Amino acid sequence: MTSVRSSSRVVRSIARKDLLIEWNSRILTNQVAPFALVVMIMFAFALDNEGILQRVAPGLVWLATLFSMLVVVQRSFSVETSDGALDALRVAGVSPSGIFFGKSLALMVQLFVLQAILMAVALVLYNVEISAWGVVEALVTMVAATCGLGFVGTLYGGLAAGARGRETLLPLLLLPVVAPVLIGATRATEAAFGAAGTELSEGWSWIGLLAVFAVVFGAVGSIAFGPLVDE
Amino acid sequence: MEIVVALRGAVAVLGRFPVLAGADLDVARGEILLLQGPNGAGKTSLLRALAGLLPVERGEAQVLGINVVAAREDVRHKVGLLGHTNGLYLDLTVRQNVAFWGAMVGADSTEIDAAMDRMKLSQRLSDVRASQLSAGQRRRCALASLIVRRAQLWLLDEPHAGLDAVGRDELDDTLREAVSAGATVVLASHEYERASKLATRVVTVDGGIVHGGTL
Repeated sequence: MTSVRSSSRVVRSIARKDLLIEWNSRILTNQVAPFALVVMIMFAFALDNEGILQRVAPGLVWLATLFSMLVVVQRSFSVETSDGALDALRVAGVSPSGIFFGKSLALMVQLFVLQAILMAVALVLYNVEISAWGVVEALVTMVAATCGLGFVGTLYGGLAAGARGRETLLPLLLLPVVAPVLIGATRATEAAFGAAGTELSEGWSWIGLLAVFAVVFGAVGSIAFGPLVDE
Repeated sequence: MEIVVALRGAVAVLGRFPVLAGADLDVARGEILLLQGPNGAGKTSLLRALAGLLPVERGEAQVLGINVVAAREDVRHKVGLLGHTNGLYLDLTVRQNVAFWGAMVGADSTEIDAAMDRMKLSQRLSDVRASQLSAGQRRRCALASLIVRRAQLWLLDEPHAGLDAVGRDELDDTLREAVSAGATVVLASHEYERASKLATRVVTVDGGIVHGGTL
């Protein structure tokens, strides 16, 4: 029997719908990415010293990512609540874990695109040199960190979606939770960039931490998302 | 006569307030049942209980053959509840909205086209974003989503609200068509004169009790 609760279909449909909304509205390309670029440039002005910029470039990339992520997560849930669509999904018996993984997947795609832009900008703007293996390590870092950010962003976005003052509540809830991602991704990217004399091999343990974070929040989110949005 | 809704002594509580206080109700397939009653009488709560959103804590409640006292989540994918919002994605076009709900149940493009045709959304409105639609057009888009979702029981809370005269006439025609195509409709409306002409049966809800609800 055909059922709306067929999970893989729900995940694909939700993710496709979120990406279609982004394609139609171009919020990521016209607003979020320019905002992230401005943040990167402001950092460059504030730390106007080539030696310092090259050392702190990995941290700046991930700070800009986290600030931009707040906007993307807010947007991801404002489209659900503006005409009661999230309620309609729950009323229709769509599985909460399907909604969670679908929205997480769409968020990951958007964040990955954003990070790719920011990494490229950092390499050029901050004059960072990177080896071929460094590129591989940076890409793996981006994938692992993006998975964690996608899951935790969706979980906390859902939590804040129905709350009064959600625009200010979300950063307050989300930023402390993603601190391990900021630390892990910065250290792994430092290793990839060879910043501050770090070796490539030093990055893999941090990537492991990012993977564990992603798995934990993927599992927690799939269980907790339903009760959170029902509240 | 196939009974799709059967409530006996159904009690539902919101906080400590009993919103359904022993409701008895039968609805037969193909009916358009109007719930009338004053504000706070329990009409919306009754619709939410039938949709599996509000737990029925005591009594018996069968909806489309599912015991909603024991397994209320199971009924959700068979019913469509349209409340004060339309549940649309305002940055998607009309077709993209309907296709999204179609994709959830594996509907093909023929089914999506048919649902849009029935709501008169196929022509110039198909590629218009939901944010640019009038209130009546948004309602029609939401109803097309119910059709493509294959909802068997339509639960409508104040469906005429926000529509102009033409939109209301169109909605009434749509509901009659939906019923002739096999759906069952339960609606709550304050517009008694219009809704009672549309309905095949009218019951009164007051104080969480349904008067004259059984067949």
